[in-house]
Amino acid sequence: MQVLYGRHHVRVFRFGLRLVRNEQLAEDLISEVFLDVWRQAGKFEGRSAVSTWILAITRFKALSAMRRRKDAELDDEAAAAIEDTSDDPEVSVQKKDTGEALRKCLTGLSQEHREIIDLVYYHEKSVEEVAAIVGIPENTVKTRLFYARKKLAELLKAAGVERGWP
Amino acid sequence: MMATNRKIPEDEPGEIEALLPWYAAGTLDPRDARRVEIALAADPDLVRQYAAIQEEYTETIHLNESLGAPSAAAMHKLFAAIDAEPARAPQAASTSLSKRIMGFFAGLSPRTLAWSTSLGAVLLLLQAGIIGKIMMEQSGGTFETASYQQEPAREAAPAPAAPRQRSAAPRAATRSLAPASEAVLFVRFKPDAQIADVTALLARYHASVIGGSGDLFRLQFAGKQPGEAAAVVSDLQKEKIVALAVPAQ
Repeated sequence: MQVLYGRHHVRVFRFGLRLVRNEQLAEDLISEVFLDVWRQAGKFEGRSAVSTWILAITRFKALSAMRRRKDAELDDEAAAAIEDTSDDPEVSVQKKDTGEALRKCLTGLSQEHREIIDLVYYHEKSVEEVAAIVGIPENTVKTRLFYARKKLAELLKAAGVERGWP
Repeated sequence: MMATNRKIPEDEPGEIEALLPWYAAGTLDPRDARRVEIALAADPDLVRQYAAIQEEYTETIHLNESLGAPSAAAMHKLFAAIDAEPARAPQAASTSLSKRIMGFFAGLSPRTLAWSTSLGAVLLLLQAGIIGKIMMEQSGGTFETASYQQEPAREAAPAPAAPRQRSAAPRAATRSLAPASEAVLFVRFKPDAQIADVTALLARYHASVIGGSGDLFRLQFAGKQPGEAAAVVSDLQKEKIVALAVPAQ
């Protein structure tokens, strides 16, 4: 269990934090997730990678935790916990650094869009794996990521960053 | 029917266009990757979009890596909770253990595997001399590399794909060559840690790698009593390249 924990806990924490946008909540998620892994290990049939299974549990736990809290409260905390309050995407217009603007806009995406971008780019999940984690058809995975990227491009455009797409 | 590279209706991605993010992340199967390569060679608009995707890919990783790591409290909380779980009867898991271990390693991402195995191999190599010296100097000391599988299978229940042992603390992960009078910790380095930085840290702390698994290393701190482990943990947690440090005793 220590090995499993050592190998996956940072990614679980980061995935959870990007979803719930609250560090304490994300830390609490870790023990909940791995306790579930411990309890449900016998049910794991090896049809997917261990990390895919753990991320699916993390997502479920994160969404449940978010449901338990009021949206408004979460939104307030989100701004304080993750985003630099002085820097909404519009303000970062003047930012010379496209990378910085991009990161800022990535935090401004909806939960649905954040999770799919993180799963594909950071957690290196295939179309099939994302479909398994999020619980949607593979074609929906592709189109959802496409729309997430379009939304990101809109935010960047609003922030004064043109990248030639779309 | 030939796959189209561009959007068909205004708001829908083309078949190849939709695959570009996975191509950037290297998670497409070889057949689809080849299709994307062919399309990229023939379509400048797609190349432009791919450049934008590569930026997104890089910055998403950058953003996630900047989120840091959880505190050791999360780990303590988890293992306390596991300790509080009712004990379960041993199950006949031995026959499929190796298969599950193989599945576990097969499930690791190439990036993770490359980092942990290369760093682990180099570290263990670098530490081999020190370990050998300690073994010679300390008669009666025995060394055994970390092997969670070899722990007594007192509660070897089926695991997802990795060996699952019910031990609340990492104490049984290795049989240490360390005399009982030296502090031993489990340490995990950040994924972006450079090997030079890690070796410098080991030298600074007079630490030796005496075991570990994956990217979790078991370090022995020469000259530090077990009672000083908390202070060493506190110092290590201030190190930029350390993601996790917890006492192993």
